[in-house]
Amino acid sequence: MPFFNMISCEEAVLYSYGFATIASAIPAYAKRGDVIFADKGVNFAIQKGLQASRSRIEWFEHNDVEDLERLLEIQAEKDRKNPKIAAKTRRFMVVEGLYTKTADLCPLPQLMALKWKYKVRIFIDESYSFGVVGKTGRGVTEHFGVDVIDVDMIMASLENSIASTGGFCVGRSYIVGHQRLSGLGYCFSASLPPLLATAASEALRIMKEEPERFTRLRANAKSFHLGLKRALEGTHFQVQGSELSPMQHVIYEHPDPKVVDHKLDMLVDELYNRSILITRSRYLDKEEAFPPAQSDKVMTNSEMSEEEVVIALSEIQQAAQKVDATLDE
Amino acid sequence: MPPTAFSEAELRGNSTNTHADGPTTIKSKGDMSQKKCISSWEEYPLERGEYSENPCPDCPPFTAFLGQINYYIMITISLFAEFLRDLGFFKIACAVERPEQRSFPKLGTWFEKAFVNNIYRMATDVVNRPIAGVPSAIMRLKDRVSHDYNWTYQFTGTETDVINMGSYNYLGFSHNDGPCAEYAASLIDKHGVATCSTPKHRISNNLQNRLEKEIASFLGVEEAICFPMGFGTNSMNISALVNKGCLILSDELNHASLVLGMRLSKADVVIFKHNDAVDLEKKLRNAFIRGFHKNQKHYSKILIVVEGIYSMEGTITNLPAMIEVKKKYNAYLFLDEAHSIGAIGPNGRGVVDYWGCNPRDIDILMGTLTKSFAAAGGYIGGSRALIEYLRRNSAGTCYGVVMAPPVIGQVSASLRMLQGHDGTKIGKEKITHLLRNTRYFRKRLLQLGFLIYGHEDSPVVPLMVFYISRVVCFGREALKRGIGVVSVGYPAAPLTKARTRFCISADHTKEQLDQALEIIDEVGDVTGTKYGKNPYKPGTIIEY
Repeated sequence: MPFFNMISCEEAVLYSYGFATIASAIPAYAKRGDVIFADKGVNFAIQKGLQASRSRIEWFEHNDVEDLERLLEIQAEKDRKNPKIAAKTRRFMVVEGLYTKTADLCPLPQLMALKWKYKVRIFIDESYSFGVVGKTGRGVTEHFGVDVIDVDMIMASLENSIASTGGFCVGRSYIVGHQRLSGLGYCFSASLPPLLATAASEALRIMKEEPERFTRLRANAKSFHLGLKRALEGTHFQVQGSELSPMQHVIYEHPDPKVVDHKLDMLVDELYNRSILITRSRYLDKEEAFPPAQSDKVMTNSEMSEEEVVIALSEIQQAAQKVDATLDE
Repeated sequence: MPPTAFSEAELRGNSTNTHADGPTTIKSKGDMSQKKCISSWEEYPLERGEYSENPCPDCPPFTAFLGQINYYIMITISLFAEFLRDLGFFKIACAVERPEQRSFPKLGTWFEKAFVNNIYRMATDVVNRPIAGVPSAIMRLKDRVSHDYNWTYQFTGTETDVINMGSYNYLGFSHNDGPCAEYAASLIDKHGVATCSTPKHRISNNLQNRLEKEIASFLGVEEAICFPMGFGTNSMNISALVNKGCLILSDELNHASLVLGMRLSKADVVIFKHNDAVDLEKKLRNAFIRGFHKNQKHYSKILIVVEGIYSMEGTITNLPAMIEVKKKYNAYLFLDEAHSIGAIGPNGRGVVDYWGCNPRDIDILMGTLTKSFAAAGGYIGGSRALIEYLRRNSAGTCYGVVMAPPVIGQVSASLRMLQGHDGTKIGKEKITHLLRNTRYFRKRLLQLGFLIYGHEDSPVVPLMVFYISRVVCFGREALKRGIGVVSVGYPAAPLTKARTRFCISADHTKEQLDQALEIIDEVGDVTGTKYGKNPYKPGTIIEY
C-alpha cells in the first residue's frame, strides 16, 4: 500500500473499519500496568481503545500542555521512587491531530518536547487531519514541521477525506509490525475489500498529483470560518474550531441545555428548508467519558465554489438570526 | 439423536440390499454398483446430517506427550537464540527500536519477541501469502522466496494457481464477474464508492435500509441493522445491550470479537464448556446465586453468547438445547452466525434453519456478510424494539460509517440469488453443492485416516496436526503440490493443538476435491499426520 510512501514511514497496516483501527491499535501496545495520558476531548473510538487496553488512563484538560506536564511530573515522581517498575511501565500519549469534537488542532511541537523529556510514546489519531491539514495533506506533522519518524504511530481513518472505508496505522516497522499479531481488529477480522482498498489507493494518487486541492480547501475553510464568525455575530450562536479546519462547530450560548438542544435542531431544520444541509453532532452521551458540548457541524470541502460559500454563509446568517429571534414556548 | 441422511449400514460399506432375516452382509467393491447413485443435485437429500456427540476426538496420548516435548524444545531453542542475538552473536535482521528511543520502556515482552523472531518467523511463509486475483475455487498466488530464513521475502515474478481450500467462500460468490459483481459495480455509478458519514448524521442510505429489510426477511425476523465490519458489529453492540450489573454466559471457544465486546460491556462474564448446555445451566445457576450474594441484588439481564459454527473446531452449536436453557431461565440468547449464515441449513438460513428452530426464539441473531456473501460487514437481526434501540444507542450508528454502496450491492445480489428471487435455481444448487462437497470431503478424510474435528454438515474442516512444526510443514508441502490451506497455530489455536483448516466451497467440483484429497493424502504421509482411525471397511467407496 502506498500509505507508508505517502507519509514517508517504514510500514503501514490496513484495517477494514475506521472505528476498529483506533480501537484495536491502542490495546495492541498498552496493557495492564501501563500508563496512557489522553486528552479529554478524544473521540469515542479512542476511548474504547483505552478501555480495552486495561491500562491506567490519566486524562488531561483538552489541549492543555501544562496540565499534561503536571500529570507527567507526578508519574515521573512515582518512577523515581520505583525505578524497577518504571523500567517496565510503558507510557503513551494519545491525542488527535484535528479533534472531532472541537475542530481544533493539537499543539504538536509542545507535545513532542514532552515526549522526549518524559520518554512517552506518542500516538496521533489523524482521522480528520489526514488529507486536510498540511501543505500537501499529510497531516499535522507536515503542518507543524515535525519529523514524522519522531511520532511513534499515526492512526487514521480512510472514511473521511479519502472517501473509502477502513483505516490504517503508519509508523516505523518496529512499532507497526507488532500490530500484525496483536491487533485484534487486524488478526481476527476480514481484510478490506479490494475495491475499497483500490479506491483509497487512487485517492492517495490524486492527493499527490493535485496538491492544488489543498490550497482550495484551506481557502474555503478559512473563508468559512471567518464568514461564520461574521454571520453569527449578534446571535447567541458561536462558531468553534480552527480556521484550518473544514469542519466547524456551531454552538448556542444559553444556560438551559434543553433550549440549546432545541435551537440547534431548529437551525438544522431551517437551513434544510433553505436547501443547505448541516447536521447535529451526534454522541452517545451516556457512554462518553466526558459529555461533549452540543453543537451543529458545518462542513466545507475543496470543491465548493466561492459562490456556493457565499450563498451558504448568507443563508446561515439569515437562518441563525431567525432561529435566535424565535421566542421559546 | 437427529435422523441421519445415510444409515449406519451404508457408512460401513454394506449394500442397501440387506437380507431381511439375517445380519447385513459385507459386500465387496463390485456390489456397490447395485446401489442407486445420486447424480442430480436436485435429488440430493438436504436433511440434517449426523450430529455427533463427540465432534472433537481426543488427541492420542502419546502424540499429546510428544507435542508438549516438541513445544518445549522449540521454546528453549528460541529463547537461547534470542539471548545470543541480544548479546550480539547473531545479526539482527528484524526491526529494532531506533537509537534515540532506546531508553524508552520496551514495547512487548522479551518472551513475545523471542516467539515472534524465532518460532513465528519460521512459519511466515505459510501465512500472509499475497494473492494476485480473485480467491474463488482456484486462486492465483504470487510466488515469493526468502534468502535469509524468512526475515525478508522477494517476489520471483511468477504466479501459481492453486486449489483454494482456505477462503471462507462457502457459497462460491467470490467472483469478479457475474450478476453480483455487475450489480455492485453499477451502484458505484449511481451512489459512489463511499458515503463519508455516519447513519445518525442525517445520512440514512436508502440502499442500506433496503438491504436491512432484505436481511430481516431472509432471517425470518422483524428487523435488521447492518454495519460495515463484522468484528466491529460484535465489539460495538454488546456493550449497547448489556452493561455492569448484567451476567453474560459465553462459550469457551467464542471468537475474539465477542470476547472484546463482552469485556467492553463491563458485565460479569462466566465461561461454560464448549457447546455443553448442561454445563451452561449449571454455571448459570451458580453465577446467578453468587452474583446476588456479591452485589446484594439480582442481575438485571442474563445473556447467553454462542456461535453458529465455531471456525476453529468446525462444530455446530446445539441450538435447541441452548434455546431450552434460555427459555427456562428467562435469559437472552445472542447467536453469532459468522460462519453458519448461508453455509448450512436446507435454505441456507444458517444454524436456525439447520435445526428447524424458530428464529423468533433467538433474541439477537448476529451474522457477517464477509463469508458466504463474499462482501464485507455484519448485521444484527431481531425484534423491532431491539433494532430501534440499537439504532439509537449503538456506537456503530453513532460513530461508524454507513456501508459502502458497492458492498451493499454485492450482498443484495447474492442474497437474491440465494433465495431464488432472481428467477434461477442457482442459490438452491449452491446450497446443495456445498453440503454434498462437505459430507464427501469429511468422509474421505476420515477414510484416509486423518483426525478431523467438527460435525458432519459443517463446511469448516479442521485437520488436527498438533505440532506447530508439522502444521507449517503441512502448509508448505500442500502448496508445493498445488493446494492452498490455512495453517493454524498459536494464538488462534492452543499451543499444542495446531491444525490445518479446510473451508469447503460450493464452487469446488468433485474433481477438484478428489485432486485435493490425493494431495492431502500424500502430504499426510510425508508429514506423518494421520492421527485418526479409518471408520470404514477397506475397499469402501465414498459416494459423492
